[in-house]
Amino acid sequence: MSTLKQKVIPYTLLVLCSAIFALPLLWLLSTSLKSQVELFADPPIFIPHNPQWHNYADVFNTINFFRLTGNTMFISIMAVIGVLISGPLAAYACSHIDWRGKNILFAIIIATMLLPYQVTMVPLYVLFSKMNLVGTYVPLVLPAFLGAGAGYYIFLLRQFFLTLPHSLVQAARIDGATEARIYVQIILPLCKPVVSTVGVLVFLSTWSDFLGPLLYLNDQKTYTLSLGLYAFMQTHYIQWEQLMAASAMFTVPIIILFFFAQKQLIEGISLTGIKG
Amino acid sequence: MLWERDSLSIPFPSFPTYSSGVTEENRGLKMRKKNNMTGLLFAGPFLIGFLLFTLYPTGASLFYSFTNFNLFKPLKWIGLENYKWIIEEKEVLISIRNTMYMVIIATPVSLAVGLFMAMLLNTKVRGQSIFRTLFYIPSIVPVIASSLVWMWVLNPQSGMINSILKIFGVNGPNWLLDAAWTKPSLILMLGWGSGGIMIIFLAALQEVPRSLYEAADIDGSGELGKFYHVTLPSISPIILFQLIMSLITYFQFFAQAFMLSSLTASGPDQSMSGPENSLLFYAILLYREAFVDFSMGHASAMAWVLFLITGIVTWLVFKTSKKWVTYGGE
Repeated sequence: MSTLKQKVIPYTLLVLCSAIFALPLLWLLSTSLKSQVELFADPPIFIPHNPQWHNYADVFNTINFFRLTGNTMFISIMAVIGVLISGPLAAYACSHIDWRGKNILFAIIIATMLLPYQVTMVPLYVLFSKMNLVGTYVPLVLPAFLGAGAGYYIFLLRQFFLTLPHSLVQAARIDGATEARIYVQIILPLCKPVVSTVGVLVFLSTWSDFLGPLLYLNDQKTYTLSLGLYAFMQTHYIQWEQLMAASAMFTVPIIILFFFAQKQLIEGISLTGIKG
Repeated sequence: MLWERDSLSIPFPSFPTYSSGVTEENRGLKMRKKNNMTGLLFAGPFLIGFLLFTLYPTGASLFYSFTNFNLFKPLKWIGLENYKWIIEEKEVLISIRNTMYMVIIATPVSLAVGLFMAMLLNTKVRGQSIFRTLFYIPSIVPVIASSLVWMWVLNPQSGMINSILKIFGVNGPNWLLDAAWTKPSLILMLGWGSGGIMIIFLAALQEVPRSLYEAADIDGSGELGKFYHVTLPSISPIILFQLIMSLITYFQFFAQAFMLSSLTASGPDQSMSGPENSLLFYAILLYREAFVDFSMGHASAMAWVLFLITGIVTWLVFKTSKKWVTYGGE
């Protein structure tokens, strides 16, 4: 009885739930390999009889997949670099440096987390358009280098920084180390797990971002995958097999990244003070 | 308090002062000045970004909200006209109603699904990491792709769900094409994507001390009792955090609705509101006012109202949280 309660029930539930969670993605893969006829077959076909691999090739022929991927990759990597430069600096300033602005800085960071994107959206668009930067990647990348919109990540970093003993930093100071040296040689190496977690989180969110590119990119050549797929969808909205193939191509890189970063990501999240 | 906890508790560095001579005091003062300088330097990039990309636009948006600003005409001060428009415009009311639906229903659903999955994963079963991956992946699928997948899964004729229902002889609803089913469809989609919430709950659950459960066992508590008296109180700070983050997200709910409404509409439909306005959310209307109709004044006023509502609700949640959030002694 007790093994039934402790093992069998959770296990059955787990299998059942993961089946439910996996089904839509399997349906995506199955559809991406169907022919037009199989698409609307009744009763539905779950495993295509004759996988139509050319659906993927067709997507390559209609949209410039490599360029879209390259654009998205560029923006995402720049955003990661930006946040990883500005974020830890700010997090250090509101954890281990005892200065007058420390608590104010932290209050500001929290406030930026609560501020809706919509409040700054219009004036920023006006600002960038006055500077003739609409249509470039600057509006999508520059804010990251200055920690704008990174409140949540700075918060995560700070929570982790606080778990490092303050005495460690103080000891280094007494030994005459400069703050820059403490930061580069002590803090950053110790914070590798959380820094890489934040890096992965920034990458994931920039890779999938839709509103930013929608607002600021207006030339097909500069489109990201999200925007390219959106445009593709508006012109091909009945060809589900191609839409699904394109979606699969968009999603697979991120799943691969997740498999590599999985341990890091999950450990990092449990390491940050966010656990309570 | 989750984020206030440590902010004040770190003592001011006590640099060794062996005598209280004037020179030492001077040194302390110098030290403090130097600290303020370093702090400012480290915070510098963030502060510049804050001034340029947050504080300035927030102020500008407040100013725009009192003008008829629309990018083309010269700007004119019109007082509270935009706010009056918000109160009187029927579409605003519809969008608020739709948004409240999401806030009130999607928030608890996402939190409950996330917590339920985290609890399933927190048992010692084999293959835990595979299940964890399966639960998590939907949440990192880009919104555009997941919207597409769900549009196809929910396709009334050939979609997966209705096909499965048909096997059992049930005629499935029209999902995204039926005003009564559009929001439930969204909830389904969001529940599927609550892996991000799950992962944070899982981290929290793994921190709950075993001894608490053992004590509950000795007291003869059942599984339900343990859930109410051990699990929930132990992770209540995380519930608070996730509750606030979810509320903020759903007040600003945009991307999925934008995709679904602009794609289910046949032809170039600029209203982005879904069948019978059922997908006209506040952020969608705001976007439309700003970038389709170019009524930046309307949009700015709407943004400020959203800001105020978010602020008030967050504050209320914090206030009531004192009653249900427990912070374990350290």
